[in-house]
Amino acid sequence: MIWNWEYTIEILPVLARAAIVTIEATFLSFFIALVLGLVLAVLRMSGPIVGWLASAFVELVRSTPLLIQIFFLFFVLPRFGIVLDAFTAGIIALSIHYGCYCSEVYRAGLEAVPRGQWEACTALNVSSWHTFKNIILPQAIPPIVPALGNYLVALFKDTPLLSAIAVLELVQTAKNLGSENFRYTEPMTIVGVAFLVLSLVSAVAIRWLERRLNRRSVR
Amino acid sequence: MTETVDRPMVRFEGVTKRYGSLTVLDSLNLDIGRGEKVAIIGPSGSGKTTVLRMLMTLERIDGGVIWVDGEPMTHMQKNGKLVPAEAKHLRRVRSKIGMVFQHFNLFPHMTALGNCIEAPMTVLGLPRREAEERAADLLNLVGLGEKKGHYPAQLSGGQQQRVAIARALAMRPKIMLFDEVTSALDPELCGEVLQVIRKLGSEHDLTMLMVTHQMGFAKEFADRVCFFYQGKICEQGEPRELFTAPKNERTQQFLRAVLEAV
Amino acid sequence: MGIPSLAAMLATALIAIAVLAASGDNAIFMPGLLEGAWLTVRIAVVGCGLAVITATAAALCRLYGPAPLRWLAVTYVEFFRGTSALVQLFWLFFVLPDFGIFMEPFTVAVLGLGLNVGAYGAEVVRGGIQGVQRGQWEATTALNMTRWQALRRIILPQAFVAMIPPWGNLFIELLKSTALVSLITMSDLTFKARTLNDFSMQTIPIFTLALLMYLVLSLTITIGMRWLERKSLRGMVRGRGR
Repeated sequence: MIWNWEYTIEILPVLARAAIVTIEATFLSFFIALVLGLVLAVLRMSGPIVGWLASAFVELVRSTPLLIQIFFLFFVLPRFGIVLDAFTAGIIALSIHYGCYCSEVYRAGLEAVPRGQWEACTALNVSSWHTFKNIILPQAIPPIVPALGNYLVALFKDTPLLSAIAVLELVQTAKNLGSENFRYTEPMTIVGVAFLVLSLVSAVAIRWLERRLNRRSVR
Repeated sequence: MTETVDRPMVRFEGVTKRYGSLTVLDSLNLDIGRGEKVAIIGPSGSGKTTVLRMLMTLERIDGGVIWVDGEPMTHMQKNGKLVPAEAKHLRRVRSKIGMVFQHFNLFPHMTALGNCIEAPMTVLGLPRREAEERAADLLNLVGLGEKKGHYPAQLSGGQQQRVAIARALAMRPKIMLFDEVTSALDPELCGEVLQVIRKLGSEHDLTMLMVTHQMGFAKEFADRVCFFYQGKICEQGEPRELFTAPKNERTQQFLRAVLEAV
Repeated sequence: MGIPSLAAMLATALIAIAVLAASGDNAIFMPGLLEGAWLTVRIAVVGCGLAVITATAAALCRLYGPAPLRWLAVTYVEFFRGTSALVQLFWLFFVLPDFGIFMEPFTVAVLGLGLNVGAYGAEVVRGGIQGVQRGQWEATTALNMTRWQALRRIILPQAFVAMIPPWGNLFIELLKSTALVSLITMSDLTFKARTLNDFSMQTIPIFTLALLMYLVLSLTITIGMRWLERKSLRGMVRGRGR
């Protein structure tokens, strides 16, 4: 027997609940990553020492595996008296990891805004905070939305790593179901298909968004 | 096989080329004799470059037959009928043709010598030694014997174009096509390239077909000039005749505009 | 960053490892970690090799293959890019035995990671080939080269240069993904760090050492690829000389 439909129907509701955990983790982490990335990007552009430290941090995070970062946070934080459940620790690790990737994207976006925009604001005597918030950011963000969107999809595909610290997201749930029933084919395949479908849908959505944004900036 | 002497080297027989609904060449008939040097002139979009590109098989044709050296190139004889050519046939006939491009299209990852020995070795199967000797001779011919080891990026535009000519000659073609070979060059570099072509014309028994904007060169060098307009040959004849006393109104207009620009 | 500053970072990371290993009782962790790192390196190297081969094959099939091969290549790329690497590994590791296919964990690791990165690489190769100017193809036709000769001698060597930086990123991605094999019972660097941590509870030095070792490997890849790029650009200045 290659595929057991009865078993499939039995496990679908369990996997659906796990899918909600996966999606929650994705959006929560991505939201924090977006904020953190912007902060890191700004830090990297400000002052030589702070800038260097921020860059070194980003480089370190980007050069090492997410999985070991997850373990590190999960085991280290309790040492400092911070006891977090696995879900929260996992979210923090994902946020930091992708925050560093996002900071690169922000940096590219910010650097692409012509210098003349800053100069014009100086000439108009606008404070640098207002210049950044009201003039520079609104120009820097739209072109980088697709790149950020790609990282959202990448983050989504990395949420299975949370299974390593026993967060009951899709893959961990599939694994548990498999070991309980001695049958991995159905749960693992369903999870694979779920990831495939959601990634393909988001890829189409990003392409659509990209076209829309391009059209707007041309006008 | 003495009769081949009378056959044209290249024959376009009702050749048509379309891009979508746009007809670039409309049932073109043109014979080019053995050793003849033909210049093609005309406004942009008149289909003149397409003529060369079709002959080089860079463009498929939508109708008609192109003959090279007495045999069909775009087609082949099968049971007495002409059918579209197979790749093998196309390659065999194509080996008689060489082409020099407007933008040189040298291989940037190979030296001048490397560019000239590549095809002789891979396509003709020459041993390296022989290919290098042949390439060195040709680079000397185009006046670049000293630049053998230079990469294209280290050469001027004129030098690159001369390497491109040597590269094409290394395949020993019977027909050479020149597609606006000086258009991408600074004016002061055109002379050296034209000088090489002149030399080829006088010293070698090559059939040459060139698309050019250099009216002076066409007048002095070509045996015949064809003026293209909207996918058709509007007027053709000896350069002296065509340039000094054009019969067609379009030709007169075109020549007037070109001469004014100079 | 240029090669000198990357090399400086590499040296700093190595010194940091040495200092950390020499302080306290940390030296006892080193043999285990290094053993893990060696397995990580082996998986990464073989995985990268497999990735390059499948990527090239998939890209060529997609660009020049007959319809069924093209379709197969598109499916491969979309499938492996669409699902996550860990799901792929688990699928190979847990599901294939259901069909009576048993593989060594090392084979699963190399296959899973290599095919995953190969799918991304296929797009890099495709982009590299398509990025070569059309005039280069036309020149090969004018010289009567066959398609295959043109591809092998003229197009691929030029595409290769453009592909070096994105491949550098992919190799680093693959190196980082090797950590996933710790979840299918392989004792790589991440696995060793975890088990040493379970025994000794010396979380901070152990994980810091492991992170630094990954950093050293990543930097080595980056420097190697930069060097390769510079070497293959020798003579040909990009943007000119078409």
